[in-house]
Amino acid sequence: MTPDSILPSLAYITIFPGFLFLAVYGLYLQWVDRKLCAVMQNRMGPPLIQPLADFIKLLAKEVIVPDAADSRMFRLLPFFAMAAVMTAVISIPVGAHALCSFQGDMVVVIYLLTIPTVTFFLAGWSSTSPYATVGAMRVLTQLFAYEVPLMLALIGPAILAGSWNLTEISAFFAAKPYLIPTQLLGFLAGIIALQGKLERMPFDIPHAKNEIVGGQFTEYSGRLLAFFYLAIDMELVVGAALLNAVFLGGSLGLTGWAAIPVFLAKTLAITFLLALLKVLMARIRIEQMVNFCWKYLAPAAIIQILADIVLKYKLG
Amino acid sequence: MSKITIPLGPQHPALKEPENFMLVLEGEQISGATVNLGYNHRGMEKAAESRTYLQTMYLLERVCGICSHSHTTTYITNVEELAKAEIPQRALAIRTLIAELERVHSHLLWLGVAGYEMGFETLFMYTWRDREQVLDCLELLSGNRVHYSMNTIGGVRRDISIEQKAEVSRRIKFLEERTRYYIKIGTEEPTVAARTANVGMLPPAVALERGAVGPTARASGIARDVRKDEPYLIYDQLDFKLITHNTNDVFGRLVVRVLELVESYKMIHQILNNLPEGPIAVKVPMKIAPGEAVNRYEAPRGEDIHYLKSNGTDKPERVKVRAPTLANLQSVAYMLEGGWLADVPLVIAAIDPCMSCTDRASVWDPKKGKMALYGWEEMRKLGIEHYKKRGVNFSGL
Repeated sequence: MTPDSILPSLAYITIFPGFLFLAVYGLYLQWVDRKLCAVMQNRMGPPLIQPLADFIKLLAKEVIVPDAADSRMFRLLPFFAMAAVMTAVISIPVGAHALCSFQGDMVVVIYLLTIPTVTFFLAGWSSTSPYATVGAMRVLTQLFAYEVPLMLALIGPAILAGSWNLTEISAFFAAKPYLIPTQLLGFLAGIIALQGKLERMPFDIPHAKNEIVGGQFTEYSGRLLAFFYLAIDMELVVGAALLNAVFLGGSLGLTGWAAIPVFLAKTLAITFLLALLKVLMARIRIEQMVNFCWKYLAPAAIIQILADIVLKYKLG
Repeated sequence: MSKITIPLGPQHPALKEPENFMLVLEGEQISGATVNLGYNHRGMEKAAESRTYLQTMYLLERVCGICSHSHTTTYITNVEELAKAEIPQRALAIRTLIAELERVHSHLLWLGVAGYEMGFETLFMYTWRDREQVLDCLELLSGNRVHYSMNTIGGVRRDISIEQKAEVSRRIKFLEERTRYYIKIGTEEPTVAARTANVGMLPPAVALERGAVGPTARASGIARDVRKDEPYLIYDQLDFKLITHNTNDVFGRLVVRVLELVESYKMIHQILNNLPEGPIAVKVPMKIAPGEAVNRYEAPRGEDIHYLKSNGTDKPERVKVRAPTLANLQSVAYMLEGGWLADVPLVIAAIDPCMSCTDRASVWDPKKGKMALYGWEEMRKLGIEHYKKRGVNFSGL
């Protein structure tokens, strides 16, 4: 390896679309989400700097590790969550195409995006306090509810495009934009499943504050909690980018710097939809969530897959 | 799955006041629940005995921040009954008006809290924003938002002008419109229905047995309302419906409360349109002849009972408050059992609990792990010994 090849790679990993971009845009999306919810709920909402201020404040706070917890695992988990999300973004086209794109990278991204959820479970479980334990059990139950509909929803466009490569799928839809509206059902299923993955209302069951205080994060504090929250913000960016790449045709054929505004606009639109879901409903119970995901969400995604198979046959 | 015991409270985000519920969980389901009171006892009944009748009124107003008018009205009705005072009709009408405005503010507050407990923050934000309207009405009429202090012994402190009447009915009309929207949300929004239907079941027989009161009882189909059963103030002259619902669950309690809002608006308009002319207060002597009185009052949360014993001086001999939450708490343990952990905050909130109104003192011995309740004699002995150590001897009293 020469410095010529290492330096750009390092820049990709640390600056764009790696850590720095994800962190800054994640915090920004968190602000957009909070501000949108506030406006929809007839409130003022926080100033732009608030998410960063929250993050810095948490960094300065004391880290308390419960005696009964496995100290090393307890400390490492937030970084595992963040690393998995940051790895996932390498295969998702943020601009015109992904940094590292290969046949089957969609499956890898789905797999990498499951890791944060597993770390949430381990975080709650290793904290050993009752609230965290209940939260951890809910994280896992919820994982089995939304994960399958999310995957099924993503498979539809992949079948239509005839590729397991995210960059190729988005290029396919960018070339044939008239096919984007046919994916509406799958897109809605994907948005709802993503809401579940991000554990936002009405699916914030694992850390429902009125029931089990902080859920899986109850025992977390200071720096470790800050990085967990940052990982969730990054997951929001990556999740929105994933839906954008699979359903909305990525950069719509634009290349270079021109692709970035398109990406930002579409992820902001997805954030708007997620915020809308958040304010419209009451939190449901865990067993209602499982019922809903298997009874309605998964069948909706399957219908989309069938429609895509028929469509592919018709298109030749 | 092994059982775990989870403490809910005394410090918990779902509880606005310190109270403890021990929940035995099997997975997500509750197999046992106990309610522990006593974190917020303030000794008000005892404090009332060393104050004059008027001072006691201001003290009892602070039993509860939300039904402040309920407690003072019940207490003052007792005082006036013992003093054999004839209260002018206009004062009674103004008291009724404040009472209904208070019910509106309490029910809107409850709706917001219920929304919050079921994770529906938008409902919470909306209702609390609209609740400002009724708080503004109360401020306009009495000068205060929470502790209105509208009552005084023998009548009310302030009169209502024509401009105030117009302003109050304007704001109430706005609230009527908003309430129609909330009725729609409460009864048609699918996630609200999913969270409230068949949650916290309280069959009518159990409600009767455990002495449930107010909207909690009415949602179990028990037509019990002091305003109808034993009309006080000017409720016998008002035209309103007694709202009941027969689903026995949190959904029923929600429906009863929002429909009661509509009845309250109706009553407020009736009172404003037919406000009798005349004085607003009569003079009542400072010293009250010996006697005993008990009065009931339909507070927003249910039946409130006050007992008063006078001894011929200007201070009450004994004041006893039975706030509605104490009657309803017995039902909570029943409602929690067999339910989901996720529903606990909502079930507790559904009786609209006011712990500080209710709290009783009990003594916990951590060494023996035993709870003891003190009787009057023991309490007196304890007090005398306590003060003896500090050089004051009360044993002669």
